[in-house]
Amino acid sequence: MALLSITSPHSQAPGNTGAFMRQVIYATIPGVAALTYFFGWGTLINIALAITVALFSEALVLKLRKKPILFYLSDYSAVVTAILLAIAIPPTAPWWLTLVAVSFAIIIAKHLYGGMGYNPFNPAMIGYALMLVSYPVEMTSWLPALEVDGARHSELDFYAALSAIFTSNINGESIDAFTMATPLDTLKTASRNALTFGAAVESPVFGEFYGITIGKGWAFVNLGFLLGGLYLIARNIITWHIPVAYLSALCLFSFLSHWFNNSFGPVSFHLLSGGTMLGAFFIATDPVSAATSNIGRLIYGFGIGALIYIIRVWGGYPDAVAFAVLLMNLCAPTIDYYVQPRTYGHKKVGQKQKGAN
Amino acid sequence: MSHRIRDFPGGIHPPQRKSISTLSPISEIDLPKRLIIPLQQHIGAPAKALVKVGDHVLKGQKIANAHGFVSTPIHASSSGTVIEIGPRTVQHPSQIDGTCVVIETDGKDQWIDHQGVENPLTATLDDLREHIRDAGITGMGGAGFPTIVKLSPPPKTVIDTLVINAVECEPYITADDMLMRERADEIILGIQIIARLVNPKTILMGIEDNKPEAISAMSEAARKINNGPEITVVTVPTKYPSGSEKQLIQILTGREVPSGSIPAEVGVVCQNTGTAYAVYQAVVKGEPLIQRVTTLTGGAIKNPGNVWARIGTSVAHLLQHAGVDGSQLSRLIMGGPMMGFTLHSTEIPLIKSTNCLIASTEEELPLQNPEQACIRCGTCTQACPMQLLPQQLFWYSRSKELEKVQQYNLSDCIECGACSYVCPSNIPLVQYFRYAKGEIKKQESESVKSDQAKQRFEAREDRLAKEAAAKEAKRKARAEKSAKAKAAKAKKAAEEAAQGTASDAEPANKSDDALKILKTAMAKSTKLWKDAEKALAVAESTAGDEQKEQLEAHRAKVERLKEKAEKAQNAFKAFKEKSSSPITVTPPITNTEKTKDTETSEKQT
Repeated sequence: MALLSITSPHSQAPGNTGAFMRQVIYATIPGVAALTYFFGWGTLINIALAITVALFSEALVLKLRKKPILFYLSDYSAVVTAILLAIAIPPTAPWWLTLVAVSFAIIIAKHLYGGMGYNPFNPAMIGYALMLVSYPVEMTSWLPALEVDGARHSELDFYAALSAIFTSNINGESIDAFTMATPLDTLKTASRNALTFGAAVESPVFGEFYGITIGKGWAFVNLGFLLGGLYLIARNIITWHIPVAYLSALCLFSFLSHWFNNSFGPVSFHLLSGGTMLGAFFIATDPVSAATSNIGRLIYGFGIGALIYIIRVWGGYPDAVAFAVLLMNLCAPTIDYYVQPRTYGHKKVGQKQKGAN
Repeated sequence: MSHRIRDFPGGIHPPQRKSISTLSPISEIDLPKRLIIPLQQHIGAPAKALVKVGDHVLKGQKIANAHGFVSTPIHASSSGTVIEIGPRTVQHPSQIDGTCVVIETDGKDQWIDHQGVENPLTATLDDLREHIRDAGITGMGGAGFPTIVKLSPPPKTVIDTLVINAVECEPYITADDMLMRERADEIILGIQIIARLVNPKTILMGIEDNKPEAISAMSEAARKINNGPEITVVTVPTKYPSGSEKQLIQILTGREVPSGSIPAEVGVVCQNTGTAYAVYQAVVKGEPLIQRVTTLTGGAIKNPGNVWARIGTSVAHLLQHAGVDGSQLSRLIMGGPMMGFTLHSTEIPLIKSTNCLIASTEEELPLQNPEQACIRCGTCTQACPMQLLPQQLFWYSRSKELEKVQQYNLSDCIECGACSYVCPSNIPLVQYFRYAKGEIKKQESESVKSDQAKQRFEAREDRLAKEAAAKEAKRKARAEKSAKAKAAKAKKAAEEAAQGTASDAEPANKSDDALKILKTAMAKSTKLWKDAEKALAVAESTAGDEQKEQLEAHRAKVERLKEKAEKAQNAFKAFKEKSSSPITVTPPITNTEKTKDTETSEKQT
């Protein structure tokens, strides 16, 4: 009788990293559905393209690093990175943008730092930020949402989206004829021109939703990601700390500055615009690059929320999730160092052991 | 009476699998042919055997005595003959053998004379303590700490709460559950006896809510108490590891045992239910701890359930009783699935703290999936009942940054396994932590050793320096004195010579005495030197590298002895020459004697 000799514990909850990551993928479904509904097929095509590039890049690096390829590919982390990146970039972004962004994210931001679990920065956001500073025009050219221009939208079928991505043309017309400033863009321009929020919302990209001013389409995309995020919390994939601190900071800052200067937009607008909810539940919560203790996560999330608001309102870019997350990634190890939780039986954090042991 | 309970952070809910073994009452098993009784079944020093091979022992006879304060006696679990005292395979994480007394049972199961106290609620406390100590009772929950030590808290501590741990939070195990269902009154009496010794204000008995039968049995029994302090049965929510002493104290009292300290520090003494029953047996019946309830369970067991098993019964005998499907068996675990140890042999004996034996199939406790990279998801942090950061500990354990792991309070880890259980990347975190703890222990013992060596070396240097200084001072004083005396003598002699009145014999005699003393001194020191030199030669030929330092010291010593011997010789010669100056006045006889002396001393050198 050959008996196993293994130390405790002998019982283990079923599952693996792959199952964990798959939950994240499922949670993006409502948000992606909203994006597809309001902005066309582009998002789905980008996701497929990004996943292909990501798996190929990951396999290539794994081969070079002489690691078991299938074992690592099955952890789905590359797929998650690809999906998040594809969601973040415009639906009509040219194919090479996705190619460069995703391969850079996987090869440079992830594997050159040691691969899964070792990357200090969120790979998807590194890829996004690189593209944003290198190709600002392509990265900020969004189609108007369905409600903004229904007629134009009817032309945007699957093949149109495909041709937009691979040829930068739709039915022989340049993509530029279709794209429009996003609500955040519009607000930025307005506030630069010292217009009030009330004047800015005259633009067709804004709409009313139960009496509150929102960016058309964007509000529902954000609600979709909020829904997915709540699912992640319910499934214990993420904890509430980062999203709550992040959204609280955003609320606090937008409330205070809207109070003093109404050209910056109200709380509801900031919560439901741009990448707010995607950032709160999917980007900022990337465990590898975030702070780890509960208090640390609160600080980390609050920092991201605050930075997003600061960059949105006073910075050079209309949205700021990527930069805010990357800046706080830098701070995460320091936060972790200073906010260790108080261990059972210790009076305060870092207290020396009592008595001789 | 309802009692307010608190939650503790973290914790997990692994599948219970307890109902497998609660279907039938606790059963008796056949007397095994051989009992293998380890001398170390508890935390502390092993007991010292009192019997020899060939001795006939009776059931309950003490076969080994406690050795030291934290130790406990051990008794024969049945009557028979001692056939062996020596190393046997025992349950040990590193599969190291332990000394066991092997008894061949005679089948008579004949008790030794034994007697309990007449009334445990009025007997003297010393009487109670004596019975508990002699019965060899140790904690029955798992760690096996001698109970009497726990019941004798340090003199200045005030105990206000006695916690009875009947939580039994590990999956599979139902030994306490079944014991409570069947022996509630006895357990209550055991608790009352313990309460007399620690004298608490409140007695809280914590039972997880997955044992409704035990809860009602214990509540019923507790209600029947008509004198003495009340025993409150508290239902606690099922969550692992609420049965860990520190966590249970937190749940029932809201207090935290300070790091590196014992519960008595916060006024709490914690005892296991099984221990309370053993105390009852010892005090009321006078029976030592020679049997216990053990759960035999797992998918590979045909008739799972609880049994009264004698200490020293082999696992093979227990498995035979319960029926095991050898083809299905993959893991044999002593203890629970969260903190138990796998057994590498079925010859291992059951000991006082064995509460469960799991013979699992591969399906129920599958092999862990391959370890993946830590994604720092923090699920472990959320599960840790001690509020540690397992992912940080893992990171630093793996890179052997021992200072960092200590900073992150590794020593507070109770190794409950909650973090490993929840880890989505299947990282065996507890194993990393055990490794780091071992490394720290090694490092500490090394630094203690080197510190001691350093202290010893410095003390020796200091002592040698002091001795040398003292010798030097003495020598100087002597030299001065003798110089003075000589000067005085010379002066006197000169005066006497000048006067020509003094007798010649007297000074001659005196110088003769001094010469003799010098001669013996010279002989002695020369002998010492020669002996030392010989010893050195022997040492040099046999010594290895390790003794180099000692050899060096020895060489120096020989050098010193040689110097001394030479000095003695010189002194002797010098004095002889000096004393030969007054030859003119000394009689010829003394002169010849001196020559003889010189000759012999020269031979010696």
